[in-house]
Amino acid sequence: MATLEIKDLHVSVVTDDAPKEILKGVDLTIKAGETHAIMGPNGSGKSTLSYAIAGHPKYEVTSGEILLDGEDVLGMAVDERARAGIFLAMQYPVEVPGVSMSNFLRTAATAVRGEAPQVRHWVKEVKNAMSELEIDPSFAERSVNEGFSGGEKKRHEILQLALLNPKIAILDETDSGLDVDALRVVSEGVNRFRANGESGVMLITHYTRILKHITPDFVHVFAGGRIVESGGAELAARLEDEGYVKYTGKQEAAQVS
Amino acid sequence: MANPTTEQHGLTEHSHGDVSKGEPVVPQSSRGDRFTSYDVDAFEVPGGREEDWRFTPLKRLNGLHNGTAAAGGSASVDVKESPEVRVERVARDDKRIGEGGVPADRVSAQAWSAFTEATVVTFPKETRTTSPTIVTVTGPGEGNAAYGHVQLRAEAFAEAVVVVDYRGSGTYADNLEIVALDGSKLTVVVVHDWADDAVHVGAHLAKLGRDATLKHTVVTIGGSLVRVSPTVTYGDKGGDAELTGLYFADADQHLEHRTFVDHAVSNCRSNVVYKGALQGEGAHTVWIGDVLIRAAAEGTNTYELNRNLVLTDGARADSVPNLEIETGEIEGAGHASATGRFDDEQLFYLQARGIPVDQARRLVVRGFFHEVLQKIDVPEVRERLEAAIEAELQAVGA
Repeated sequence: MATLEIKDLHVSVVTDDAPKEILKGVDLTIKAGETHAIMGPNGSGKSTLSYAIAGHPKYEVTSGEILLDGEDVLGMAVDERARAGIFLAMQYPVEVPGVSMSNFLRTAATAVRGEAPQVRHWVKEVKNAMSELEIDPSFAERSVNEGFSGGEKKRHEILQLALLNPKIAILDETDSGLDVDALRVVSEGVNRFRANGESGVMLITHYTRILKHITPDFVHVFAGGRIVESGGAELAARLEDEGYVKYTGKQEAAQVS
Repeated sequence: MANPTTEQHGLTEHSHGDVSKGEPVVPQSSRGDRFTSYDVDAFEVPGGREEDWRFTPLKRLNGLHNGTAAAGGSASVDVKESPEVRVERVARDDKRIGEGGVPADRVSAQAWSAFTEATVVTFPKETRTTSPTIVTVTGPGEGNAAYGHVQLRAEAFAEAVVVVDYRGSGTYADNLEIVALDGSKLTVVVVHDWADDAVHVGAHLAKLGRDATLKHTVVTIGGSLVRVSPTVTYGDKGGDAELTGLYFADADQHLEHRTFVDHAVSNCRSNVVYKGALQGEGAHTVWIGDVLIRAAAEGTNTYELNRNLVLTDGARADSVPNLEIETGEIEGAGHASATGRFDDEQLFYLQARGIPVDQARRLVVRGFFHEVLQKIDVPEVRERLEAAIEAELQAVGA
């Protein structure tokens, strides 16, 4: 059973000037079958945490550890982390002109599974996964994310989640920019992924509305680069009422008003 | 006379001519004033500072530019034609020779003055050819120099696809005339797949008749130094020229492309898209995109774009779009140029899906060229180029 352990993680962002510390000692353990919601105000470092786990070169881990089933994740290259079973659904998926979605998905699946999927099964698998996420089949021949709307990009992130079937999925504000229908479709996709019980989910969000579709086992409040409070689903309900003011001293709503 | 500023009509510094005030402004060196002649002696020997030679390493031309290249060698021009097509070997006094245009630089004029036999490939009128015609030009061999002349001729309402394939070794200068008569649709794919030693300076002289369509693609992957200058002129209204280019320069390769679209008549269209990749120490590419819209060319629609992807340190890409506009009565005119390295965010995204970095780079490069490759509608050529690009990328493990 998969376990992701984050221990006393300190991360700085590499800028043109001096490096700036964003994460100031994050401790978190996510086990298979668990869904952890990370909630917090803008600028608290939630996205930095997700990028640091995935290995984005802009973020430098200055101290601490990340372990996946006891293996040192920080020693792995970005693609090794993905092949080890870490998946990051990005807040801003990147456009790759001239590379078709179908080519991209097949290349990624081949890399992660360690062998090329059999063509016949693969075509069916992609078709089913696309139709579950209400993605038009024509998207397969379009360039990766190019000209996609915000909602289309997020659906395709969840499509990749479904096909790559990681041990640990990190969803970075997957709910942002989605209308009600898209939020439902995307949430159902995440719930299908969770249903196998063999994977852990880190759900990063600013708002509580996605938690009405995806029930978390744990809710963590993130502020000032660390987890400042942890609880169960009831903590999300409290955040919806009270916002993050208690943690930041500023009024900032945790729900869509 | 007022010096035009960029603010006046929102064009960039590459543009000259103040159309908004209705006063004719003669740019410092208008492309329209460029000297042309069939006679090599009418041109000065370039010294390297001239606008049209300043990017070219003259020392590496093996004397093509100053008359010292010994023309003792001979290149072969072999044509594998579609059955409807006529292939003739003609002397320089054939009255059709020269219809495509006049040389605009000394090497082009040198080739014109020195060639002994021209190959004329005619696509007969109102005929659609059944298969691509392949013209293979094989260089004169290492240490030798030669000059050549080919005319591709699409008669009225002919439709044809022709591939011109440059291979082999040696030093070679030539003119490729492309004559597209009224209503013809001509697709020309020129592939420079030279051996490592080859030096080639070529001029393409294309002339489009009324409502003629030219799809012109240049691919340059082989050779030590390749300099190609495609020029398009229009004889009458309705001409449509699509100029596409793809080049891939390795260490010490100099690949130079100079396109010139001369809009002198009204209601014609042109679109230029050139894309290049560079890798290795001393890899150098040059793209000069001249577009001139003369006063009479009302209703012109033109766009040109150049993109370069620099894959390693030590490579240099020069990119200069020049747009001259002498009339305000046009449909559209624009240009864009960008040279950059790999986009780190694209690589991160692909790697974050488990794709190893080498493979991610290959995907990005392939994607970069995709737009140009998909325009090549000769499958054999397209597949060969895809394979060549793969091989280039494998070579450095990029």
